[in-house]
Amino acid sequence: MNELEHPTGDPYGAKDGKDLVSGITVFPMEPHVLRKADIDPKAARRAERQVAAMFTTSSLMIILFIVAFVVIPNTTIITVPVIGTVNANHLATGFAFGMAILLIGIGAIHWAKKLMPDVEVTQERHSLTSRDDERQAVAESFARGKAESGFGERKIIRRSLLGALALFPVPLIVLLRDLGPLPGTRLRETIWDKGIHLVTDATYRKIKASDVPLGGLINAVPENLLEIEHDEGTLNQRGKASIIIVRMDPAEIVSQQGETWDYQGILAFSKICTHLGCPTSLYQQRTHHLLCPCHQSTFDLSDSGNVVFGPAARRMPQLAITVDSEGYLVAQSGFDQPVGPSFWERG
Amino acid sequence: MALNKRHPAALFAVLAVALGTTGVAYAAVSNQTTPKVATQSETQVEQGKQLFLEGCSSCHGLAAQGGSDGPSLIGVGAASVDFQVGTGRMPLAAPGVQAMASMPSYNPEETAALAAFIATLGIGPAIPTQEMLDTSDAELALGGELFRTNCAQCHGASGTGGALSQGRMAPNLMGSDAKYLYEAMISGPQSMPLFSDQTLTEQDKKDIIAYVQELQKNISPGGATLGRLGPVTEGLFLFIVGLGVLIVSAVWIGAKSK
Amino acid sequence: MSTTQDSVATPANTNAAGKNGGVATFIDDRLASANFTKRLLDKVFPDHWSFMLGEIALYSFIILLLSGTYLTLWYNPSMTEVVYNGSYVPLKGVKMSEAFSSTLAISFDVRGGLLLRQIHHWAALFFVAAISVHLLRVFFTGAFRKPREINWVIGTLLLVLALLEGFSGYSLPDDLLSGTGLRIAQGIIQAIPLVGTYVAMFLFGGEFPGTDIMGRLYSIHILLIPGLLLGLITVHLIMVFYQKHTQFPGPGRTESNVVGFRLFPIYMAKAGGFFFVVFGITVLIAAFVTINPIWLYGPYTPSQVTAGSQPDWYIGWLDGAVRLMPNLETSLLGYTISWNIIVPALVVPGIMFTALGLYPWIEAWATGDKREHHLLDRPRNAPTRTGLGVMALTFYMILQIAGGNDVIAAAFNLSINSMTWTFRFLLFALPPIAFVITKRICLGLQRRDNDKLLHGYETGRVLRLPSGEFLEIHEPIGDAEKAMILGKADVIPLELPAAVDANGVRNPKAAKSIMRAKLSRWYYSDVIPTPTDEEMLESANHAEHELHAAQSNTKEIANH
Repeated sequence: MNELEHPTGDPYGAKDGKDLVSGITVFPMEPHVLRKADIDPKAARRAERQVAAMFTTSSLMIILFIVAFVVIPNTTIITVPVIGTVNANHLATGFAFGMAILLIGIGAIHWAKKLMPDVEVTQERHSLTSRDDERQAVAESFARGKAESGFGERKIIRRSLLGALALFPVPLIVLLRDLGPLPGTRLRETIWDKGIHLVTDATYRKIKASDVPLGGLINAVPENLLEIEHDEGTLNQRGKASIIIVRMDPAEIVSQQGETWDYQGILAFSKICTHLGCPTSLYQQRTHHLLCPCHQSTFDLSDSGNVVFGPAARRMPQLAITVDSEGYLVAQSGFDQPVGPSFWERG
Repeated sequence: MALNKRHPAALFAVLAVALGTTGVAYAAVSNQTTPKVATQSETQVEQGKQLFLEGCSSCHGLAAQGGSDGPSLIGVGAASVDFQVGTGRMPLAAPGVQAMASMPSYNPEETAALAAFIATLGIGPAIPTQEMLDTSDAELALGGELFRTNCAQCHGASGTGGALSQGRMAPNLMGSDAKYLYEAMISGPQSMPLFSDQTLTEQDKKDIIAYVQELQKNISPGGATLGRLGPVTEGLFLFIVGLGVLIVSAVWIGAKSK
Repeated sequence: MSTTQDSVATPANTNAAGKNGGVATFIDDRLASANFTKRLLDKVFPDHWSFMLGEIALYSFIILLLSGTYLTLWYNPSMTEVVYNGSYVPLKGVKMSEAFSSTLAISFDVRGGLLLRQIHHWAALFFVAAISVHLLRVFFTGAFRKPREINWVIGTLLLVLALLEGFSGYSLPDDLLSGTGLRIAQGIIQAIPLVGTYVAMFLFGGEFPGTDIMGRLYSIHILLIPGLLLGLITVHLIMVFYQKHTQFPGPGRTESNVVGFRLFPIYMAKAGGFFFVVFGITVLIAAFVTINPIWLYGPYTPSQVTAGSQPDWYIGWLDGAVRLMPNLETSLLGYTISWNIIVPALVVPGIMFTALGLYPWIEAWATGDKREHHLLDRPRNAPTRTGLGVMALTFYMILQIAGGNDVIAAAFNLSINSMTWTFRFLLFALPPIAFVITKRICLGLQRRDNDKLLHGYETGRVLRLPSGEFLEIHEPIGDAEKAMILGKADVIPLELPAAVDANGVRNPKAAKSIMRAKLSRWYYSDVIPTPTDEEMLESANHAEHELHAAQSNTKEIANH
């Protein structure tokens, strides 16, 4: 594109009223229209006063900010119409600080618009392409350097260097190795096991089968969760071992993932969505549907926890349960499959 | 502007006073506030039966045994009736996916009569007593834990409600009375599962109610809440108001001055 | 020696009037910066409101750096479990991570801390929003065309980095909402074929959530990505300076000039002032409207969740894509491929961002237009591009709305299930419709422009002719509008190459060239040429003639 190279001297970079590059018709600049403040000194003074007033108010707002910050306790709550019941310190300091900043901005813009010259200026663009001789010179410099280094001829140096440079980032990747452990069986196992009691989440009470009402929902965890709390915390296991317990009329149970995995209509399912791992406990007792609030996967708990809607591909894993000699709910065994979202090696 | 200063110690003071007085007050009034279910009289049950036959039996059946249009009410208990009728969900205005709260069709006395009648049909959860709803000894923080564990998945962490399957929804709790919160937990209305007193004890429920009441105060230190609906309304506000104001400013900056 | 040096410096000192002369001399003595500074101060920028959208993004970034620095003074990225004992009563005694408890401390115990947090969060939303609308402006006006393709790619990278930066920051408070988002992100990483499980294990230091992720996200959020953003933003701005800003067609505007105002003093005041406006508005919004009230969500626990779990708006479209995807998963030879996750969360965004970044080359290839462009297209004058843009935007908007389907369902009493099915259908049906409609609107606007050129604009004054006919008086449009309309450069579709050359030999490249020529024709098809000078002249004469004839024997009857 060499058209841009030689400005024509025409003020608009045009010739015969046509843009040299694009061929569009070029119209002359419109005559400049004077503003009120350009003609009327009174208007100019008024604008000047307005700008100064904004800057001054800004300073006052900073003082207000400091006063509000110091005087209003951080615990004072006030009720303001429209906004609500809010922290007074927050509201007052935020308002003062915001106004202080905003007024500087509005003042500066007002100043520029009203008082600074508003005659448009034309500037030429310069070519973004170098001249051919310049390009030639670069190519020559490069060729000279290449020849002097011998990068072209000395193949053995070139190849060994490329090899070394290719390997140089490897330690940077290897160094990341100890970011975490290898997966191992972590994603496949939970702390559920035969005979582990089901206890209520947050209050850790054992659950008597007779205390689970028809249509009831209990968010539960394994009893041994508390045992590991001291050493490793409970969060990792909560992300895998959390379950929900529901009870329905045994006649309404269409199917289960294993025979007699329920106890008199009491069913236990993983709480961790098989899609992306959100805790799923939006149990709708009339339809026995379990909804995940993250992506709306829906599972039918009366029918083996099968997926009836949404992006989840696998049914919700069921935990086989029974009761101990005192009638408390216990697990028959751990989960028979990995809980939670899919992973490559899951199979 | 109502100025309403709250010292952190104030809450403890209130708590201490409340704890002290409830003990005394309880002894004095406990004789009068015996549970409603227990005060039911023959006439109240009779009145309830009449009301039932007139207003409810067309769907629930003459013996409340249920039918194609309504479930059996045998054994649902007084709590269920008080909740459904007291919040105006029943009688159903029009069939739909879910009964919505509206103006109650029956006055409190009639509601009590209906509840008393249904309670005679089978054993079910009773209407909670004043004592069960007294949250003065509730543990707020534990209530929050229990709320987030058992309630937030449907009603939202701030209690503003949420969507369920097929157009059903978990209602907003911001205007719900303690009594109805309690009754909902023990009776499991509509889609909601039951939370029995054995697995979620009376005290647990009190804690939860206390936490919901704290949410109902709608204190928002950081300013307007945008309905407490989370990032969706925050994003909408940002585009409509925030970016709107900035673009108007940009247009003002670019406009020729006169 | 020293005296000679002084005498050299003196003229500069005396010429640079005022107090700043000393400083200017000091710097120039060391950097010979006079020439550069003069060019900088005199640099002309065109004036248009839409050129300020990128500035909003830049200013938001500065606000983010500022407010973020303050937040680091109190925030503690540790996942060590502590029992909360701060001043927010409803969480007193609750176990939580130090990350969450320090965020609570910022919100309740540090005076002005909540304001800073809310400034930071609102500014983050502004940042991505401003980048997005800036991108739309650049796209629809064709400002990405040669020679600005590199800056377009940098802009695309900036957008991707902004999304990552936003998401990592959203996760840092370790509250129930953000933790759920992090859990989903972990699930997505875990679903990457072959390496996903390992990447997830390494990133989180083991199982989710582990105890490492906050510290790692923190260094990514406050060091790695901001560093990259800062570097790329600098290059982005230098390129705008160096290549000079584009401008809309208008009187006196050509491909080889820039018409506008000088940086000093006009833009110093206007753009500098605009920084304060953006900052001020952000602070006021942060003062009056709360954002991300983490104390309501509570600390993160992988066994708790809240209804209406949403990401911040800029991740919403990805969440929407994940929601709409049908539940496909393949188990093959003992390995699991989760199409339901990798398609919406990795493949679709991968395609979208690649297409976005490569668009300048795609269009240049399809149209064969390799010229430099410094005059912007009005969107109507590039109907195919505008149509494609609206089509992509429609696709994006459906995903975005789907990302909030549960909140919409709850607010308007709709069924999530039927909404999901509707969106699945609309995602494929609406974009093509949007393309066709947009193109038609563009062409309609072009015709109206031509009408205005030839017949002037309708004044609303109606004449009644003696014959009983009515005639509305048209008046010619002004030069500014004429220049704007005629600023449409003529486009020439590529020639269809001959399948056989002059000697009757088959052209081996013909098939590819024909395809390109056809693409070029499709791109430029039904573009309406602007009237020629002759047509304009004739029409002007005709109109004048008609008006004279009419006015000489009738009177104006209506004036509305």
